[in-house]
Amino acid sequence: MNDAKGQALPDFGKNALELDVATETGRIVDGLRQAVHHTLHRQGAVVGISGGIDSSVVLGLCVRAFGPERVVGILLPEGESSPESVTLAHQLAEQYGVPTVTEDISAALVGSGCYRRRDEAMARVFPDYGPGWKAKIALPGNLLDQDTLNVFVLTVFSPSGQEFTKRLPLREYYQIVAASNFKQRTRMAMLYYHAELRNYAVVGTANKNEHDLGFFVKYGDGGADIQPIAHLFKTQVYQLARYLGVPEEIQERTPTTDTYSAGSTQAEFFFRVPFEILDLVWLGSERGVSSTRIAEALSLSTEQVERVVVDITRKQRTTAYLRMRVIGMDGAPG
Amino acid sequence: MQSAEEMIRTYIAQNILFSGNGYPYSDDASFLDEGIIDSMNVLELVMFVEETFGVTVQDQDIVPDNFDSVSKLAAFVRRKLPVAA
Repeated sequence: MNDAKGQALPDFGKNALELDVATETGRIVDGLRQAVHHTLHRQGAVVGISGGIDSSVVLGLCVRAFGPERVVGILLPEGESSPESVTLAHQLAEQYGVPTVTEDISAALVGSGCYRRRDEAMARVFPDYGPGWKAKIALPGNLLDQDTLNVFVLTVFSPSGQEFTKRLPLREYYQIVAASNFKQRTRMAMLYYHAELRNYAVVGTANKNEHDLGFFVKYGDGGADIQPIAHLFKTQVYQLARYLGVPEEIQERTPTTDTYSAGSTQAEFFFRVPFEILDLVWLGSERGVSSTRIAEALSLSTEQVERVVVDITRKQRTTAYLRMRVIGMDGAPG
Repeated sequence: MQSAEEMIRTYIAQNILFSGNGYPYSDDASFLDEGIIDSMNVLELVMFVEETFGVTVQDQDIVPDNFDSVSKLAAFVRRKLPVAA
C-alpha cells in the first residue's frame, strides 16, 4: 500500500506486536541486574506472585537475572482471593526453584476496615447487600459498539444467586475504590517488609496496559523499586511467558482483578476490549498508523478503532496523577 | 434567574477547574477533547445535574452527545426538564 505521494507505507498487521523474545528477555535481565545490584545496591528480588501472567513472567525474569537463590516469591492472599491464585503461584515457584513465603493479609484488611468500609458503601446502593452476598464493579463493556463514557456499575449477587446492577453514584464509587485499595497497599507494605528483611528490591509486575492506563493503585501494586515489564503490552507479556516456560495453566488463565468478592475479568473491570484488539490499536496509534489501516488489520470498522483510541487517551489523561512524582515546593522533588 | 448554561459553567469553574476567573472555554468546547473533565468528573456532572435540576440521568444518557460540552449538557437538561432555564 502506498501513501498519497506513492511512497510505500510500512506494513502493519497482527504480527506488529511480535517480540524477539530472546533479545527482549536478555535486555530486561541485564536491566534488572543493573538496577538491583548497581543502582539500588540490593542483593536480590522480592516479587509478589498471584498466579497471574504478569507476576509469573516477572518471577521468571528475576530468576534469570539473579538465580533462584536470590529471589523470593511472596504470596499475599486474603479472604476474597481466588484459591486458584495460591495454587498456581506455588506451582510456578516450584517450577523455578524459588522459595516462597505466604502472608495472609485478611487480618490486616479487617483491622484497617477494608471490607467494612467497602461493604458500607455497597449497602447504600443496594440496602439488601450484606453477609453472604458477592459484588463486583465494572465499566460498560461495549466500547467497540457504543460511545459510552467510563462510568462504573456495581453488580451484586444475593446468596440465592440473584443478580442486580446499578450505576455507581459518585460518593459510593469513591468509597468502594478507596476501601478496596487497602488490599493493594497492604500487599505493598508486606512486600517491602520482606525486601528490607533481606536487603532485596521489590520488583513490580505492571505491564504497559496497567501502567499507562492507570490500572493500578498508587503506592499499592504501583509501589515498587523497578517495573521491568511496564513497557510491554499484555499480549507481549504472554509471548515472554511462553519463552520463559511459565506453566500452561497460568498462560491459559483469563486475567482477573481478584479484588472483589465476585470474579471479574480485567477486560470487564477496566479495559473494555479484549487485549488482542486493544494492544494492536494502541501500538498502531503510537506509530501514527491511520485508524483505517488499523481497522483493516483487525477486521473492525474505522469508527470502532477510533473509539478505542479515544478511550486510551481519556484513561491516560484521567490517571496521569497516578504516575506523577511527588510534588515538592520550589521546584524540588518532594 | 440563571440559565442552565450559566449554572453549568459556574459549577465546572468552581468545582472542577478551581478557576477564580470563571469558565474559560466556549460553551461548545469539548470537555473530553480539551481535557476539561475526565471520567471522574463525568460522575460529578451527573450528580450535579441530578441534584441541581432534579433530572434523573439514565445509564444510556451518559454519552458524549449529552455530557461533552456546556451546550450539550444544557440541551440535555432542557430535554429532560422542559421548564428548565
